[in-house]
This record gives sequence, C-alpha cells and structure tokens, in this order.
Amino acid sequence: MMRASAIPILAGLAAATVPPVAAQDLSVGLKSEATSIDPQYHSLSTNNQVLQTIFEPLTSQNAVQELEPLLATSWEATDDTTWRFELRDDVTFHDGTPFTANDVIYTFCRVPMVQNSPSSFTLYMSSITSMTAEDDHTLIMETAEPNPLLPTDIVVLPILSAKALGGGDDITFAPNGECEGMGDVPQSPAFNDPEIAVGTGPYTFESWNRGNSLTLARYDDYWDGTPDWETVTLRPITSDGPRVASLLAGDVDMIENPPIQDVPRIEGEGFKVVSSLSNRIIYLHMFQDPEAEAPGISSPNGENPLLDPRVREAISLSINREAIAERIMGGYAEPAGELLPPPMFGTSGRDVDPYDPERAKELLAEAGYEDGFTVTLGAPNDRYINDEQIAQAIAQMLAQIGVTVNVDAMTASQFFSRRNNQDFPLWLAGWGAASGEMSSPLRSLVASWNPEAGLGTTNPGRYSNSEVDGLIVEAMATLDDAERESLLQEAETIALDEYGIIPLHYEVTVWAMAPELSYEPRRDQYTLVSEIKPAE
Amino acid sequence: MIVYLIRRFGQSVLSIAAMAVLVFLGVYAIGNPIDVLINPEATQAEIAATTARLGLDRPLYEQFGIFVWNALHGDLGNSFVYGRPAVDIILDRLPATMELAFVALILSVGLGVPLGVWAGLRPDSIAGRTIMGGSILGFSLPNFWQGMLLILIFAVLLGWLPAGGRGETTEFLGMRVSFLTLDGLSHLILPAINLALFKMSLIIRLARANTREVCLQDYVKFARAKGLSGRRVVLVHILKNIMIPVVTIIGLELGSMVAFAIVTETVFAWPGMGKLLIDSINLLDRPVIVAYLMLTVLIIVTINFVVDVIYSLLDPRIGLSEMKG
Amino acid sequence: MTDAATDDIPAPDGPVAVKIDSPAKRFAREFASDPIAVVGLILFVLIALIAIFAPLIAPQDPYDLAQLSIMDGGLQPGESSFGTGMTFWLGTDTQGRDMVSAIMYGLRISLFVAAVSLGLAITIGTVIGVTAAYFGGKIDSFIMRIVDLQLSFPAILIALILLALLGRGVDKVILALVIVQWAYYARTVRSSAIVERRKDYIDAARSLALSDRRIMFRHLLPNCVPPLIVVATVQIAQAIALEATLSFLGVGVPITEPSLGLLIANGYDYLLSGRYWISIFPGIALVLTIIAINLVGDRVRDVLNPRLDT
Repeated sequence: MMRASAIPILAGLAAATVPPVAAQDLSVGLKSEATSIDPQYHSLSTNNQVLQTIFEPLTSQNAVQELEPLLATSWEATDDTTWRFELRDDVTFHDGTPFTANDVIYTFCRVPMVQNSPSSFTLYMSSITSMTAEDDHTLIMETAEPNPLLPTDIVVLPILSAKALGGGDDITFAPNGECEGMGDVPQSPAFNDPEIAVGTGPYTFESWNRGNSLTLARYDDYWDGTPDWETVTLRPITSDGPRVASLLAGDVDMIENPPIQDVPRIEGEGFKVVSSLSNRIIYLHMFQDPEAEAPGISSPNGENPLLDPRVREAISLSINREAIAERIMGGYAEPAGELLPPPMFGTSGRDVDPYDPERAKELLAEAGYEDGFTVTLGAPNDRYINDEQIAQAIAQMLAQIGVTVNVDAMTASQFFSRRNNQDFPLWLAGWGAASGEMSSPLRSLVASWNPEAGLGTTNPGRYSNSEVDGLIVEAMATLDDAERESLLQEAETIALDEYGIIPLHYEVTVWAMAPELSYEPRRDQYTLVSEIKPAE
Repeated sequence: MIVYLIRRFGQSVLSIAAMAVLVFLGVYAIGNPIDVLINPEATQAEIAATTARLGLDRPLYEQFGIFVWNALHGDLGNSFVYGRPAVDIILDRLPATMELAFVALILSVGLGVPLGVWAGLRPDSIAGRTIMGGSILGFSLPNFWQGMLLILIFAVLLGWLPAGGRGETTEFLGMRVSFLTLDGLSHLILPAINLALFKMSLIIRLARANTREVCLQDYVKFARAKGLSGRRVVLVHILKNIMIPVVTIIGLELGSMVAFAIVTETVFAWPGMGKLLIDSINLLDRPVIVAYLMLTVLIIVTINFVVDVIYSLLDPRIGLSEMKG
Repeated sequence: MTDAATDDIPAPDGPVAVKIDSPAKRFAREFASDPIAVVGLILFVLIALIAIFAPLIAPQDPYDLAQLSIMDGGLQPGESSFGTGMTFWLGTDTQGRDMVSAIMYGLRISLFVAAVSLGLAITIGTVIGVTAAYFGGKIDSFIMRIVDLQLSFPAILIALILLALLGRGVDKVILALVIVQWAYYARTVRSSAIVERRKDYIDAARSLALSDRRIMFRHLLPNCVPPLIVVATVQIAQAIALEATLSFLGVGVPITEPSLGLLIANGYDYLLSGRYWISIFPGIALVLTIIAINLVGDRVRDVLNPRLDT
C-alpha cells in the first residue's frame, strides 16, 4: 500500500520556491475579506483585524488580551460613572493633521450615523451619555450606569480624522447620533477613497481590488517608530486548500488558519507554524425551558431529559475530549473545563470533566433513562474548525451510553437562524470572548434570556438561574477588578456545576509563515499586520 | 414580422417579470439574515434598529414593492454585507467569470473542432476512438469531479500548476485580467480547462458527426477519387458545415457556461460571480442573490430572444415554432 | 420558441420502424450486437445489485454510530481497526467509517434519488405532454411556453436555487430533480404524441366518443414510449451527476445520508493533504456508474432511433 507521505505533495512547487521574503514587501493570505474600509461599518473580527492597521483605537489588547494604552496614554475612573482619558500628544494622521480629543468625539458621534450597517458598533458606545474635551489631549466620558468594561469596549472603535471626514473643530457630543458640528458625514462606501480613509495607524490605505487584494503602504511619520514593511498586500483566499498552496508556492508570505490536517505538511516544507490558544470556546448547549415543549427529542417517558442536571452531567462525562482534540483537531485544541481558557479574567482554573462513560450510564439510570433517549444535535458545518466532525464524534460517544443522537449539520446561516428559533434540543456552537473576560460568555450564553437588557441573547436553550443572573448583573456594575473577577468566577462555577452549558474545547488558532517572519500568536485570533515582524 | 417581434419581446418581458416574482419570494423565504450578520452580543434594541435599517421590518409586499420600484430604476438594492449596490458587487466579479468563460469557450472550440474533425475522418483509427472515448468521459463525468482530478494530478501530484485562486492580475481595457501575466495564466489554465471540457465534448461529437456526413457526400467522394487533395476539399466543406451549429451552441450555451462556472469557481476558489453566489447564499445576502439571479435571467432571456429573432430572419419557414426543438 | 405549433412537425422516423418479430426480442438482439454496450449493462446491473443489497453485503453499517470509532479515523487503505481488527480495504474517512461500506451505501442513496426522481418526472412529464398534444390550442401553447421557459435555464442553476431555499434533504433533492427534469419528458412526449394525434384512427376513436382519457393513454401514449426511453437513459445519468454536484456544493443530501457526491465533498478537504482515498474511491464509483449508464443509453438510442442525435 502506498503511504500518504510517499506522495510528493506539491513538491515541485515548494522545493524551488521557499522564497526569500523581499525585504520590504509583505503579502498575507487571509481567510476572509473585509466587507468595507469603514471601521464603523460592520462589527466583525475580519474587518477589525484589517482596519486596525490603518486606524488606531484609544486602548488596545495585547496578544493575551490584556488591555494596553494606544492613542490614550492612561485612563482612570474618577467616580462610578466618569472616566478620564489622557491622549497622546505626538500623533498625526496620515494627512498630517494632529490627533486631538475632537477627533475622538467625532469618531464616537459618527457610530450611530452609519447607514446600512449590518452589525452596528453602537453596542460598544451606547453606555456613554456625555463626552467632553477638557483640553486637546484630555477627554472626559460619562456613562449612565457604572460600566467597568468601557476601556475594553472602545478597543473596537478606532479613531477617525474629523478633518478628513469634514467634521467641525469643536464638536459637541450627544447620544444617538445627535451631535452638533459633524458636518456632512461620509458613509461607508466613501472610505474607498484614501483621502477619506485617514487614520493614525502604521500603514496607510492604498487601494482595494475587491476579491483579490487590499494594499497598504508604510506611514513614515508613524508615532511609534518606522513600520517594518514598505507595502503590505492582503489577499482574501477563502478556500483552505488554495490558501495553503499559495503559501507553499510563495505567492504569499503568511497565511492565517491553515487547515489543521495540512499543518504537518507545511512544517515539513520548511515553513514556520505558530499557534495559540484562543478565546473561543466550543460548547454544547441544551434546551432547558421547563415551560415549553422541547423540539427534536424523544424519550421513553415523554419528558425532556435535558431538564435533569444528572442527564446533562452524563452527557458531559460521556465525551472523550482528549480524543476529539487529538484525533479530530490534530492536537490543535485543548479540552475545556470553563467558558474561557485560564488564566484569563474571570476563570477559576476548574478541572476538565473526565471521560467516564460508566459513571455517565449510572447517572442516566439514576435519572430514569437507563434505556437512553433520542435527541437531535444541531451543528454548523462551515463555521468552526472541523465543527461537523466534532458533532459526529459526539454522536458516536453518546451512542456508547445509549443516547441516540441524530446529527443535523448545516451551513452556518441556516444553523444560526434555526438555533435562534429554538429548533434544536442540543447543539454545538462556539463563542469568542471579544472583551477577553468571563463576563462576555456569561452575559450572552448563560444569563437568563432578557433581550431588552442584552442578557442571554445567545441562550435559546433558556437555561436560567436567578442567582447566576444576580451575580452577573452585579459584576457588570462593579468597577473594582478583583471584586468583579470573584463575582464572575462564582457565577461561572454555579452554572457549570449544574451543567447549564457543557464546555468542549478551546480552539487553537494557527498561523503559517515563511521562516523569515515572526508573529506572536494572538488569543483574539486576529492577524494584525503591524505585529508581523522580520524574524530575528 | 414586426408583430412577431413585438409579441416575442412581450413574452420575454413577461418571463422576466415572472422570474422576478419567483426569485424574490423564494429568496426572501430563507432564514433571517440578521442572525448571521449581527454581533451575537447585540441587544434587542440594536437588533431591531438593524432590522429596520436593512428594511427587513416591513411587510413582504412592501419589500417587494420597493424592490420592483427600484429594479425598474436599475437598482437591485444594497448588499447587506457590503453596504454597496448589489449590482456593483456583481459587476466587480463579472470580469473574472467572463475571462474564465471566454477562455473556456476558445479552448472548447479551438480544440473541440479539430479533434472532432479528426475523429470523423478516421473513425476507426486508434486516435479516433480515443477522442470519442474521451468525449464520452468529458460528457459524463461530473464537472466538479473533473476539477478535483485536475487539481490532484497537476497541482498535488505533479506540482506544475496552482490549485486555485486567481493569481496576479493586470489592468486590460479597464478590467482586471489574469491572462497577461505568467502567474495569472498559470492560475487560469486548470479552471478554464475544467469549464471547457463539457462543451468541448459536445463540440467534438458535433464535429465528428458532421465530418462523417460530409465525407459520404458524392462530391467529396468524387474529389477524392480524382486524387485531388481530398483533405482540402473535405476540410473546407466540413468547416462550412460545422460553423453554423457551433455558433448556435456557443450562443445557446453561454448562459449555461455562466451557470456551470458556479461549480468550477467553487472547486478552484476562482473569485468570480459563481463563487459570489455561493458565498452570498451562505451569508444570506439576499440582495446579491436576487441581483445575481435577475442578471442571469436577463442575460439568458436576451440571448434566447436574439437567437430566435436571428433564426426567424434566416429561415422564415421555421416561422415562429419549434426553433429549438 | 414554440407558439401554437400544431403543424409542420416532422414525424420522427424511429419508433415506427418496429415490425417483424416481437419488438422486445428484436431490440434485445440489436442491443447485444454491441459488446461494449453489453459490458456497460453488466456493470450497471452489478452496481445496481450492490446498491440494493448494500445492507446485506457491506462489511459495516457506516451510519450506525455505535459501530464507528474516531480512533479509526483517517486510516489508509489496507490498514486495520484498532478496536475490532477489521481491515479497511479502501481506508476510512475521518470519522473512522469504512470506505467500502460508505461507498456501497452512498451508491444506494445516489441511485435511489435518481430512480425516484426519474419515475416521478416521467410520470408528470408524460401526463402533461400527452395532455398538451391531445388538446392542442391554448392549453398546448400555454404548457409549452412554461416548458420552454424552464428549459432555457440551466438545470444546475434552478436546482441550486431551489435547494438553497428548501434546505438539505433526500426528499428535497428528489423534488428539485423532478422540477428540473419533467420538462424534458413533457416536450418529448408531446412531440411524439402530436404526430400520432393527427392520424386517422384517433379521429375514428374520437368519433366513437371514447373518453378523452382513454384516447390519450390507450392510443397516444404507447407511441411515445421509445423516445421516452431514449431521453430517460440520458436523463438518469444527468440526474446522478446533478445530485452529486449539488451535494458537493453543500445543498444536496444531508450528512446523515451521504450519497457518493457528499462522500467526495467530505474527502475534498483532505485531498491536498494526501488522504486521497476519502474522495477518490467514491469518485471512481460515481464515474463507473455514470459511464455504465451512458454506454447502455448510447446503444439504446442507436437501436431505437438511429438518427435522433449525433
């Protein structure tokens, strides 16, 4: 029998062409394309990671999602609802105008004025009720309620140039897009013009050839030293195979998210591969509304077995997380015991549930389901790494304890619609904590469904525990970090103790690049051009 | 004739209108785009605001009314995902698809006719049989499977050509094209062959049958018997005979070429309209899906109309019936 | 396109030519005179038998999850299971599913979908086609207008959109295939039936006040059978290929009932990394099936109607 490794895979391409990176030019293959150059158009990580090279926010997160100063040098909460930001005074925009507090006010004012936004950034600034410039480089923000996450929220709001966009010199802030002195606010398509798309970032916007390439150029007067690359070309190569082939052929110098099964080959060809645990948890969620009839489930007694915590625990214990991480994820995943990988903010270091099918069977018997039951497992098939295969593996594992699982895998758009319509009794999905702290998954996945308050928005299973809710709400109003962390830990522990949600694994994000490059892998899964360096 | 043209034109317009209703209602029946587009942390108020911004809160008939009104003004709506006119987005991708289809067309005619003629001249030779066998394969193998084999052989095993993507492009007559650079060309070869294979098989069969028919005719036999350069006579007659059906095929199959490009573009990650359609279906970007379908309907109906008119001009006897039977 | 075309239609000269000994016998003899077609037929029968008896002969039930283990995932052809020791002659997919069994079951689903959609499309197409031919006039021109409109769009496009709307599912794929195929049969039946209708005996039957339905199905229909068979052999191969393509594009059959097309699609992700067997072997099965049908179909066409096509 022929061994797979005996096939000279792409040998002809790769052998001749691990090219020396042209010293000044960088070309990166991305999994998806930004949908606009306007950083306020679409709240989407594929946009943010690209646009934060051109535009910079006041605060930023480092590779492990710790908050760091960027255009703001420091900030503090002067009372529960007032924040004071000191801004850098040595920064100029790409068009040469200096950066001031007026630009920040313009930026925040524009957010609700963006038309046609499919997912608005208002989410991140709606807590702000007032903004005033004390002087050109000092800014006061006030919120209606205490909001400890304000400095984290604004990481996704990079600063635009008021002048380039036609705003006045003295803008007065008012919530809901009622600011004064804004002038004629350019809409998102206007940003295709490099005269409008003016930021303070290390690279300037050159041109965008949709579907093919986005070109950036070095900003020579960048405040934090000269950027490494003369020009940067970002190529969207959405299919996995061709993206890998482009790297191996030398068309691009670096790619994000190579398929896990191709990693050994990429390394074998002399390329460098780096990876990092991400903030994305893959989890199982279950229909737990005692009032409603559960969809897609049939049990001998006609009840919804998932209402019983013992059944939920049995499901967790029946899953061999190590096997999934090793066999399906090729080692690029880490079995999860929490909703965020420790030691990120709000984690408690809880142990991963063991693989114990015997105990799982006992628990099922105790709950009165010794003959098992039948349940549908919904999953996307193109959203998370190997999602459909994980779902099938879980179905296999649950079959071992007598639970019959019908996997219903579909494209992400259908999956999300159906999940939000409560079509599934059991489903597999993922959650990336953009803020890098526990409040993010707790608020959306675990808190009781309360869309008006923005709580439990992705909790269609209707898990509900008022004690957990209370802790989350309290944490969200607690400015003291240590105190907030312990509240979050407590809430998470309660929810996991009763198996309101079952963590499976943390995704590991992979980047592959020419050996002449280096990249510090990031928890937030971003591919930030400004952080791609020549290897030492 | 004029009456016929007017009636025929009226029918075309009716077909387009019927398709518009079907396409719109159909596409608007799938999923909720908000679920896909919006940040999952969004509150109810933000979801409602976005729904209103995209016009999804209006009743269906109102959305349809707005769609028709705008469509009559040449506006097929803004993409939910890109916030730009859907037509612009499709036109951005059009050159890639047209380049692919055009090169595939040249390949299928440029190779299909000579191969078919050869097979027709020597139907019992090894070459003739091989060509016919190959055309049966090209005819019967699913397009995507041919594409995968091409990738496996030329990209994975031999490593001669890239597995997908479009490569370097240059500006040509105001469009971005691949065929002018070596890199672009190397990316173009496999997908173009893949798209060409099916049509090529059709043309080979057509050319072969015509050639055989011509060979049996008296004047050709006579010419050959006289020892004239039989080959030349045959070729001239054959080419004359073949060109009309070949041109017809090209006309009628342009639409299906664009449709089949969906498969080829998916297999080879070619950034054309077909790939855009699949991506848009996955993202529920309704305006782009509708615009793509409406444009395709428009193209196909127009081609059919033109073909019908030309036919009726060429051969009044065909009259108004059974032209494509 | 057609417009009340009740005149000027050349009579197809094939179907009338059946005369001397029993038509079936004659057909069989002519068919058998081409050895390649016989090989195709044998191959097709073999494939059909495998598909029908897959549950009895497959080494493993590839969809009984309790029989699978992901520890066996991605094994190469000829390797053995870690647990049961069973040998995987064509390797396993990433779920640890035996490819031999998966292909047998995949064939079953592919052929099932094609056969059912063929049956339904022929039935619907025939009824509509005969109706159009028999009544003529407005009814005929209305029906044929719809047929022409539909045939002017590529089948793949119609099916793709339909399934994007309907979602995955074996029943939905069948529905989509019926919708894209009925028009071919309707057109074929109509053009044969319309020739027949003009013959004297139909007038005679009418003057005897036989019911419309009786005339349509007792007298018109039998004459449409040979061209129907010809079209059907072409269409069934196309149906199999179309189903495979749709499944490959992710809008066909669901993951729980993978056809050959879906097996190929699943393996496609692994093609570049060298696990060729996951997609190549189902592909070969698919190709053999289609070629076998085409070989048979070509011969059937030659025998029934030598001049129908090139």
